[in-house]
Amino acid sequence: MEPLGFAARLWLALLLPWRVLFDGVFAARVHTLDAPAPLAVAPPAAPKLEVRDAEVIAAPRDVTPALQVLAVLQREGRFVDFLQEDMSSFSDADIGAAARVVHDGCARAVKQYFELRAVRSEAEGAAIELPAGYDASRVRVTGNVTGEPPFRGTLAHHGWRVEEVRLPSTTAGHDPKIIAPAEVELGQP
Amino acid sequence: MSERIDDEPAAYTIGIDLGTTNCALAYCSDPVAPVLPLAIPQIVAPGEVGERALLPSFLYFPAAGQFAAGSLALPWYPNARDAVGSFAREQGASTPARLVSSAKSWLSHSGVDRNGEILPWQSPEEVPKCSPVQAAARYLGHLRAAWERAHPDAPVAEQDVVLTVPASFDAVARELTKAAAMLAGFEAPTLLEEPQAAMYDWLAQHADTWRQQLAVDDVVLVVDIGGGTTDFSLIAVGQDDGSLVLERIAVGDHILLGGDNMDLALAFTVQARLEAEGTVLDDWQMRAVTHAARAAKETLLGDGGTDSCPISIVSRGSRLIGNTIRTTLSRADVDAVLVEGFFPVVEASARPLVPKRAGFVALGLPYPSDAAITRHLAAFLGRPRAANKPGTTFVHPTAILFNGGVTQSPTIRARICEVITRWVSAEGGTAPKVLAGTDAELAVARGAAHYARVRRQGGVRIKGGTAQSHYVGIARAELVVPGVPPRIDAVCVAPCGMEEGTEIELPALFGLLLGEEVSFRFFGSSTRRDDVVGAVVSPVELTELSPLETLLPAPEGKEGAIVQVRLHARVTEVGTLELSAVEHGGGQRWKLSFDVRGGG
Repeated sequence: MEPLGFAARLWLALLLPWRVLFDGVFAARVHTLDAPAPLAVAPPAAPKLEVRDAEVIAAPRDVTPALQVLAVLQREGRFVDFLQEDMSSFSDADIGAAARVVHDGCARAVKQYFELRAVRSEAEGAAIELPAGYDASRVRVTGNVTGEPPFRGTLAHHGWRVEEVRLPSTTAGHDPKIIAPAEVELGQP
Repeated sequence: MSERIDDEPAAYTIGIDLGTTNCALAYCSDPVAPVLPLAIPQIVAPGEVGERALLPSFLYFPAAGQFAAGSLALPWYPNARDAVGSFAREQGASTPARLVSSAKSWLSHSGVDRNGEILPWQSPEEVPKCSPVQAAARYLGHLRAAWERAHPDAPVAEQDVVLTVPASFDAVARELTKAAAMLAGFEAPTLLEEPQAAMYDWLAQHADTWRQQLAVDDVVLVVDIGGGTTDFSLIAVGQDDGSLVLERIAVGDHILLGGDNMDLALAFTVQARLEAEGTVLDDWQMRAVTHAARAAKETLLGDGGTDSCPISIVSRGSRLIGNTIRTTLSRADVDAVLVEGFFPVVEASARPLVPKRAGFVALGLPYPSDAAITRHLAAFLGRPRAANKPGTTFVHPTAILFNGGVTQSPTIRARICEVITRWVSAEGGTAPKVLAGTDAELAVARGAAHYARVRRQGGVRIKGGTAQSHYVGIARAELVVPGVPPRIDAVCVAPCGMEEGTEIELPALFGLLLGEEVSFRFFGSSTRRDDVVGAVVSPVELTELSPLETLLPAPEGKEGAIVQVRLHARVTEVGTLELSAVEHGGGQRWKLSFDVRGGG
């Protein structure tokens, strides 16, 4: 920025007090000029937000554990195969027979990699009293939600909480996106 | 090698179960901490390392490029090109030519060269090979690395380690197990028989009550039925100075029969049923049937009282539904195939059926031809000279300790109890009680860790010493007849029951040529319990083991001289048998080593 000459500065010095006194908006602009951080250096508010968004997108979230869960469910219980099938053309008996395999394998995998426990130990259908300050992330109330806790109701679902995750670690260079490699059976030479 | 100062004891005691199908490691820190199993990281799929309580005893050699580079890497072994454990078993099921399995059974098989690179057995030329000793060392090395990763400040060489072996392992197999452990970086681990380890676990679990549960003159039968092997031992309860003492009085033969045989038997039943309906199974489906049969076995033999278990085999391709093969295994099937097939009700006088020898005998593992475990048990209890009370024809067990996965089934336990009760009540005995409360999969490793602690800080120990008596072959001094090999006598050098640290001397003098290779034929017996050192027996009754050999180096100018020696047998602190030739009237001592090249 070019510095102003003496004449211009003198004229401004005479004019500014009057404009500050009678023009509120102008006064506000001058006030920010006088703020400790120089306005010209600080990035404008809108672009700053954009930069933060870009940062979130640029650092990819680690999707490996999610892919691993899919891989394990497919490997042990053919889970992805099952979901990818069009159910409409099969009888319930056919679906049921396949579901056994899916259930056995997926149940084994979930048991292997996750320690599951009910959030509430009471039997479903039991009367429950929720005191004031109950943890809303652990218990969700539905129905006639009026007034203040304590709430009284019945336990509709005991909830699930993962107590421990024991997912396998991956080796360097492993492509987690291949959740099931293609299989080629080689015959006798 | 690290030195340990005696007044600075190891931080941990470690028990290792080197199993035929699964390995486990349990440990405890002193003095009263509970024994814990170690979670063992292993390849569970290419690129994935997961933790499991057991390490399946399998080693898979992939073809070049079969898996992406680095996908078999372990945290402590980034360049691994083969896999040990869970994934090895899984992958090897579909490619058996590249899979090393049952290495432990090969370790005790004297018909082959156990230091020779022979495994995977009969696989094509291009597949890498290893010896039974190297395979065992790989599993032990994996356990060691897993341990040291979890406890970087406590290298195994500085801990008290107990490694279990089948009670039926002879002196040679024990020596080879020790060699495998040394190869894996363990510093002379103590060896303990598996059934004894199971008993130690039971003693640890019932530390306060076992004296009420057992009484003087009780005889505990340990029935250990694992994935691939069955082992029996007898432990007698005696009295010394008013307190109860335990002594292992007999061990059975190594029987290659276990839970895997039962899964296969059920799978063949399913296969036959499906084929009768016109469905032919391919190899992949047959493996799926075996998996399903195992799961069905566990359900039907369990406590649930389920009468039938549906089996679904889905197609291998991504189209899951519609091509499913369906059938059902019922309680009656399992009773007929498993309970009647493997545990038939037989008389105490029954013996395993031995088929007529075929002209050619395959060199593979010596699988028994009779699958009836109850007949093997009858033979074990009714061994010649085994009966311990007047008026009995076999040993009457008064208590049973079960170990191994198969014995988790209440149905099978009940059948074994029923059969033994039938035998003993025919001779006026009473039904044995069942010693409950051990973990069938981890009891051996845990018992071994407990034993290491007992060795260090005292507690109840099972006496018994060596399980077998050992003999050397001595040529008879008689006229040579052309065409007839010189006949030999077997002379007992190490009677059974020798305790750790003891040494005995065979009185006879031998003349050995200096500078020449000396070789003795070597025999073992687990049934001849009364032979004393020097006893001369016919080798016909014995099992021939690997020969003993040594080279006596000749001092300058003394080649061909004859030196007079006596044979010494010593049971080492770690439980192996060591034979040496000791110079008569001099201090020279030459250790004899086993020639395990086999084929003899």
